[in-house]
Amino acid sequence: MPKNPEIKKVMVIGSGPIVIGQAAEFDYAGTQACRSLKEEGVEVVLVNSNPATIMTDAHIADEVYIEPLTVDVLRRIIEKERPDSVLPTLGGQAGLNLGMELEEKGILKEFGVKLLGTTAATIKKAEDRLEFKETMEKIGEPCAPSLVVENLEDGIEFAEKIGYPVVLRPAYTLGGSGGGIAHNRAELEDILANGLRLSRVSQVLVERCIAGWKEIEYEVMRDGAGNCITVCNMENIDPVGVHTGDSIVVAPSQTLSDKEYQMLRSSALNIIDELQITGGCNVQFALHPTSFEYCVIEVNPRVSRSSALASKATGYPIAKVSAKIALGYNLDEIENAITKKTYASFEPALDYCVVKIPRLPFDKFITAKRTLTTQMKATGEVMSIGDSFEGALMKAIRSLEQHVDCLRSVDFTELSKEDLYKRLTKVDDLRIYVIAEALRKGISIEEIHDITMVDAWFIDKIKILTEMEDRLTKEPLTKELMAEAKRLEFPDCVIARLTGKTEDEIKKLRQEQGIRAAFKMVDTCAAEFAAMTPYLYSVFGSVDESGELSVTGKKKKVLVLGSGPIRIGQGIEFDYCSVHATWAFAEEGYETIIVNNNPETVSTDFDIADKLYFEPLTAEDVENIVEVEKPDGAVVQFGGQTAIKLTEHLMKMGVPILGTKAEDVDAAEDRELFDEILQKTQIPRAAGGTVFTEEEAREVANRLGYPVLVRPSYVLGGQGMRIANNDEEITEFIRIINRYAQDHPILVDKYLQGKEIEVDAVCDGTDILIPGIMEHIERTGIHSGDSISVYPAMTISDKVKATIADYTARLARALHVKGLINIQFIAVNDDVYVIEVNPRSSRTVPYISKVTGIPIVDLATKVIIGKSIRDLGYEPGLQPEADYVAVKMPVFSFEKIYGAEISLGPEMKSTGECLGIAKGFDEALYKAFIGAGIELPKHKQVIITVKDSDKGEIIDIGRRFEALGYKIYATRSTAQVLKDNGIHARKVNKINQESPTVMDLILGHRIDLVVDTPTQGRDKHRDGFLIRRVSIETGIHCLTSLDTVTALLTSMESAHDRLSVIDIASVKNRSL
Amino acid sequence: MKAFLILEDKTVYEGKAIGADRTVISEIVFNTSMAGYPEVLTDPSYAGQAVCMTYPLIGNYGICTDDLESTKPWPDGLIVREISRTHSNFRADMPLDDFLKKYDVPGIAGIDTRDLTKRLREKGTMNGMITRDENVDIDEVVARLKEYTPKGVVMKTTTKEIYEVKGATDLSDNGPLGGAAVFDKAAFEAGKKEKAPAIVKELNGAHLKVAIMDFGAKRNIGKSLAARGCSVTVYPADTPADKVLADKPDGIMLSNGPGDPKECVQIIEEVKKMVQSGVPIFAICLGHQIMALAHGFDTYKLKYGHRGGNHPVKDLSTGRVYISSQNHGYVVDVDTVDPNVAEPAFINVNDKTNEGLEYLKENIFTVQFHPEACPGPQDSSYLFDRFIDMMKQG
Repeated sequence: MPKNPEIKKVMVIGSGPIVIGQAAEFDYAGTQACRSLKEEGVEVVLVNSNPATIMTDAHIADEVYIEPLTVDVLRRIIEKERPDSVLPTLGGQAGLNLGMELEEKGILKEFGVKLLGTTAATIKKAEDRLEFKETMEKIGEPCAPSLVVENLEDGIEFAEKIGYPVVLRPAYTLGGSGGGIAHNRAELEDILANGLRLSRVSQVLVERCIAGWKEIEYEVMRDGAGNCITVCNMENIDPVGVHTGDSIVVAPSQTLSDKEYQMLRSSALNIIDELQITGGCNVQFALHPTSFEYCVIEVNPRVSRSSALASKATGYPIAKVSAKIALGYNLDEIENAITKKTYASFEPALDYCVVKIPRLPFDKFITAKRTLTTQMKATGEVMSIGDSFEGALMKAIRSLEQHVDCLRSVDFTELSKEDLYKRLTKVDDLRIYVIAEALRKGISIEEIHDITMVDAWFIDKIKILTEMEDRLTKEPLTKELMAEAKRLEFPDCVIARLTGKTEDEIKKLRQEQGIRAAFKMVDTCAAEFAAMTPYLYSVFGSVDESGELSVTGKKKKVLVLGSGPIRIGQGIEFDYCSVHATWAFAEEGYETIIVNNNPETVSTDFDIADKLYFEPLTAEDVENIVEVEKPDGAVVQFGGQTAIKLTEHLMKMGVPILGTKAEDVDAAEDRELFDEILQKTQIPRAAGGTVFTEEEAREVANRLGYPVLVRPSYVLGGQGMRIANNDEEITEFIRIINRYAQDHPILVDKYLQGKEIEVDAVCDGTDILIPGIMEHIERTGIHSGDSISVYPAMTISDKVKATIADYTARLARALHVKGLINIQFIAVNDDVYVIEVNPRSSRTVPYISKVTGIPIVDLATKVIIGKSIRDLGYEPGLQPEADYVAVKMPVFSFEKIYGAEISLGPEMKSTGECLGIAKGFDEALYKAFIGAGIELPKHKQVIITVKDSDKGEIIDIGRRFEALGYKIYATRSTAQVLKDNGIHARKVNKINQESPTVMDLILGHRIDLVVDTPTQGRDKHRDGFLIRRVSIETGIHCLTSLDTVTALLTSMESAHDRLSVIDIASVKNRSL
Repeated sequence: MKAFLILEDKTVYEGKAIGADRTVISEIVFNTSMAGYPEVLTDPSYAGQAVCMTYPLIGNYGICTDDLESTKPWPDGLIVREISRTHSNFRADMPLDDFLKKYDVPGIAGIDTRDLTKRLREKGTMNGMITRDENVDIDEVVARLKEYTPKGVVMKTTTKEIYEVKGATDLSDNGPLGGAAVFDKAAFEAGKKEKAPAIVKELNGAHLKVAIMDFGAKRNIGKSLAARGCSVTVYPADTPADKVLADKPDGIMLSNGPGDPKECVQIIEEVKKMVQSGVPIFAICLGHQIMALAHGFDTYKLKYGHRGGNHPVKDLSTGRVYISSQNHGYVVDVDTVDPNVAEPAFINVNDKTNEGLEYLKENIFTVQFHPEACPGPQDSSYLFDRFIDMMKQG
C-alpha cells in the first residue's frame, strides 16, 4: 500500500534524558525517523526533554518542543499543534508508555489523533505480562512457567510451587529496572517488593529461572499488509541471566544450526503476526543448550537498543523503515538505501561477524557491585566488525577505552587454579578475562562451560587468542606468525609487549612484511549486489575495497573523529558535535569521513558522512584509515577526550589538525604552560601545584591549606576528581588515581567556594563569539555536568559578566583557539577566577546552541575552515541574552547501579540531562525538575540529615518546607537545630538506634524526599551512605546538595498548573 | 597444507587445504546463507558445482546427520573464509572437515571469499579448479576450465530405485533418497536424539498418494509431504510417465535438481505425458523449469544465480512478500510464457525475475524457490498445503 495521504502532521515522542537502559539509541532512531518522515513531506512535531540530542535540532523536525515528557505537557502540545497522528514507538519505553497514557486518558480521541505504527491494543498485548502470556499460549509459543503477581503473598506461593531460583520482572519499566533473580525466599521478598513499587501498574512477573540457556534475539519488521522479515539475529555470549544490554553479543548467531535458527525465526514471525505489530520489533528467546526447547522471554514492540545495534550490524535502517511503514508503505515499496537495488523486504546477509561489548560504569562507581544481572547497568556500548570472531572481539575490547587492549589487560595471574574455579562462578564484566586466565592455567573448555554455561565455541575462540599470546611470547616473530596475530587483530602494542619489542619496531617489521589492514564494506547483502553506501571495517589478510569508493576525487577530505562509547562524562553531546561538524564540512564542500565505534549514535548512521569507518579509536586503527584515505586534515575538537587523545598521533602521521593546534590544547592541560598563559593574560586562578606521588600531594595540600581539589590531568567528566580535607583523604585519592599509570601529573588546587560559571565560545583567531553565560545553581565542588545550569546567568552582576567575556576573549586568543573553547570560572563576589579551560567542544554545546539559537558547532567548523565570525554574519562578543530562561537539569541512574555512592562531588555521576525552558526562571526550573522525574509534592514528608557545617543553612530550608505543608523528620542534631529555630521537626533515630529508625521511615514509602549532605570520606558503611542507597533503591528522591534543595523549594513554591510550551525552533538567533 | 583456487579469468587464490586431497574442476557459485552449510552441502542441486559460502565462519556447529538433505555431499568442492577448528552443538555428529574427507570432497579455506563473490558477481559464474598442486600450469588449467560444463548431473543424483518415504521426521527410515550412496546408519544414532520440531500444523494430506519425480530432490520435499500425512513414493528421474501414472498418484511432485533444464530432453517428454494425464502437479526449482520447457516456454542462465536464504518473492495473487530459500542458476524467461497457458504467480522482488507459474487450464502450480527450505526460511511451506488442496479438489 502506498503512503496514507491522510497523514500530514505527526507528533514524534522522544525518550527524554539519557538514563541507563534508555540512551543514545533513541536519538539515532528518532533522528532517522524524523528525517524519513520529512522526506515524505510530512510535518513533524517533535517532543523530547533532552537538549543534547540531534533530534531536537530545529532542522530535524518542523516544530521542536524540549519540554518535560508528561501527559499534561503532551496534551498541551497536541492542543496547540493539532497533529493528526502520534508516533510513540521511536522513543523507547518512555515514548511507548506516554503513547499508551494518551490513549488511555482519551486525549487522542479528544483531539482526533491517531496512534501510528503499532496500535495501543498491540502495545498492551506485548507489554502487559498477563496478556502477553495468554497471547503466547493461544498461538502455541512457549513461555517459561510464570505468574503475574500484584502482591508479595501470591509471589511467594507461586515461587514455592515452581521452585527457586525464580526470575522477577516488573511490568513497564526501563532496562528491566527492579528485576532480578531470587534464589530463596528472603531474596524473593526483597526484589519483589521493590519491583512492585517500580512497576507503573504494580505488576511483577515471577517465572521459572532459565538462567544458563542460550539467549537469542531476533529483530523483526512487519508492515501493515502482514509482510514480515527478520533483520538479523544475535546471540548473547553471556547466557540467560545477564541483561542483553550488559552481555557481550555477537551477530549473527554462531552456535545455532539452521534448524534452530529457523525454528526461532519462524516463532518470532509468528509472534509479531499475532500481535499485529507494524514496524520494528525485538523478540528475545531462551534456547535450551541441549534440546530444541525454547521460551519467549520478551517482545519489545518498538525500536530498541537492540534494534539500533542490529541496524548498525547489518546496514538495515530499522527506524527509517519503521517510520515509512507507519505512513502506510509496505516493505516491498521501500528501497534499500544501501544497495538501491534491493528493497526493505529482504533479509540482510552478513559476510562478517559483529561483536558488541557493553561499557559498564564501574570505573565511576568504584563502590558498586560489579555483578551482572537481569537489570541493565551499562551506560553505553561499542561494536566492532571483523571477518573472524576473535578479531571482532579484540577490536571491541580496545574500543572500550577502559585501559584494555587484549585479554591480558585485566590481570588475574595471581589467582591459582582453585581460585579461578571459584572466580568463574562470578558473573561480572570481567568474566571474559577470567575465562582467558582459566584457559592459560589449564582449566578445560568443558569445565569452564559447565561453570559459566558460555558456549564451548566461544570459549575455544578465547583459547585461540590465549594460544596466540603464548606463541608470541615464545616463538620467533616470523611473517606467518605476524600475519596470523594481525588476522586475530592483535594490536601492534600488544604484540610488542608480548615479544619484548617496541611498538614502533613491530609496526616497521609488519610494514616490511607487507602486512596491512584492508577495508571491507558493509553492504547488507554479502556482496551479492553492488552497494552504493560506503560503510567500512578493517580486516587483515584480505583485498582492500576502500579504493573502489572514491566519492569525489577533487574535494578536500576531512577526518572527523568520534567520541566512542557513551560513558558518564562523555555522552551523547559529543556525538551531537561530531555530527554537526560533519554536516558543516559537507556544506563547505569537503568530503567527510567519520571514524567511530558506537552503534547507538547518529554519527554511525550510514548516511551522515560520505564515508563511515566503524573502527576502534586507537592510534593504530586510525593510522590504518589515514593510510588509505590520506585525508587533508582531521578535526579532534568535537569528539571529546577520545578524539583529543589522538591529536599527537595524527600529527606524527602527518595529518594536519584542523582548528586549534595540538600544542595549544596541551597548553591548556599542562599546568606549567597554562600558568604562564594566565600570567601573561593576567587572569587569576586558585593556587595549586602538580604532583605524582602521595608525598608530593600532601606537601602541596598543606602548603595551600585544606580543602583542596585533587584531579588527574587530561580527563573528562572530572574522572577521579575529589575534594580532600585532610592528609588521609589525599592518600586515599592519590592511590585511586594511580591505579592506572599516569602519563601526566596530578593537579592539586586550593578549593575556592563561589558561584560556578561556564561559557562555550567560538574563536576565529581574532574575534570571539560567546552565545551566552551559564550559571550553576550548585556552588563549586560539584561537577559542572551534575549541576543545574541556568541560562542566562541570573545572579551575577553585569560587571562579572563583562569580566567573564573579557577573560574568555583573552584566553581564547592566548591559546590561539580556532573553533570551540569551553571555560569554567568561579565568581567569588565580583572576583572571577578561572577553573579550567578546554579548547574543544563541551557537554553544554548542544544546550547553549538550542537555547540561544546560535549553531555554534556549525560556526566553529566554518571558522576552522577559515571563515571569520564576521563573515558568518555575527557580531563578535557576548551575544544579547534571550528572553527565555533555560534550565539544564542533570538526570542520574543511581537506582540501576547497586552500591553506587550517590552524593555529588567533583566527579561527574549523571547519565543525562533534561531542559526546562520558560519565560520566567521559576517556571523553567519547575519544568526542569518535572522533566527529570521529580514531581513534588506527593506525600509532603521530608527527611533531613545534614553535616554540621550545613546546619546553619538548613534553617531557612526547613522553614520553607514547613511553609509548603511538609512534615519534617530529622536526625538528632539536625532536628535540634531546626527546633531551636522554631521549626517543627520530628526527631528520628539513626540506623543503629532502636526502631523506628530513619530506615523504617524510608521503607514506609511515604517520604517525598531525603536531604542528606554527606560527611567527607568514602566509607560505604557509614549511615549516610546506607540512607542514600536505600532511598534511591526505594524510589525516593535524595538530594545531597543544599543548593539543589533550595532550587527544588523555589520550584515547588511557584508550582505551575498550566505550563507554557515553547517551540524551540522559534528561538531564533537574535543577532541576525 | 596450501591449496589454490584457480579461476577461468586466471585469478589464483591461495589458501589452506581442507577436506579431501583431490583436484577438482567445477563451476564456482556462491551461497549467502549464514547458517545451513550441512543442508547446502547435501543439496543435490549443487552437483557439478563448487560452492563458496559468503558467511566467513563455517563449521561452527559441525555436521548433524539429521540435517542432511541427502545421503552425501554433492558439490565438487567447498570454499570458505574460515573453517572452525571446534564445533559446538548438542546434535553434532562430526566436524565439517571430517565429513568432507569422508565423502572425498576437497575444499579451500582462508581465502578472501568476499573478493571471490564480487568477482563472480561482476564477471558472472565461472569455472574453477581447487588443487593442492603448487606446480600447475595456469594457462593449461585455464584452457581446461573453459571447456568444462556440468553434464548428466540429474541422472547422477537421482535415486536408482523406487522407494517410499515412510516416517515424517525419522531420517533413518527414509530409503536411499538422493542416489546411490548408502546412508551411514552407524554415524546416526536414530531415535536417541531430539529431532527438529516439524512446523506442520495438521495432517491434511492423509490418504493422498504423491509421486515425487527425483531430479536430485532434497529430502525435505518428501518429508514435508509425509509430515502432512501423504504417502510419498519417490521415482528415479528417468521413470516413464506411464509407470508413474499406473501407480495412480493423487498428485505428482517434480523436484529440484542440478544443471541446465534443457539438458533434460527425455524427462521433458515424460513430463508432457504427466501433464496430459490431468493429475495435479506441483513443481519446485528444476521441476518448475522443466514444466515451463514442457509447455514450450524458454529458460536462460542467470549471470550468477540466486543462492541463499534471503530472497524476497512476491505472491502476485495476494501481494504478500515471503522470504525464500533459493538455489538456482537458470530461470524461466517470463517473456516466452504464453499468457493463455500460464501466468506468473511469483516474482523476485529484487531483480523481478520469475519465481513461479500458475497454469491456467491445468491443475499445475510451479515455483522457482524452495518452500521446503532447509536451509532457509520456512515462510512458504504453506505451498505444500496448497498442493494438498489441489490434490483434494483433484
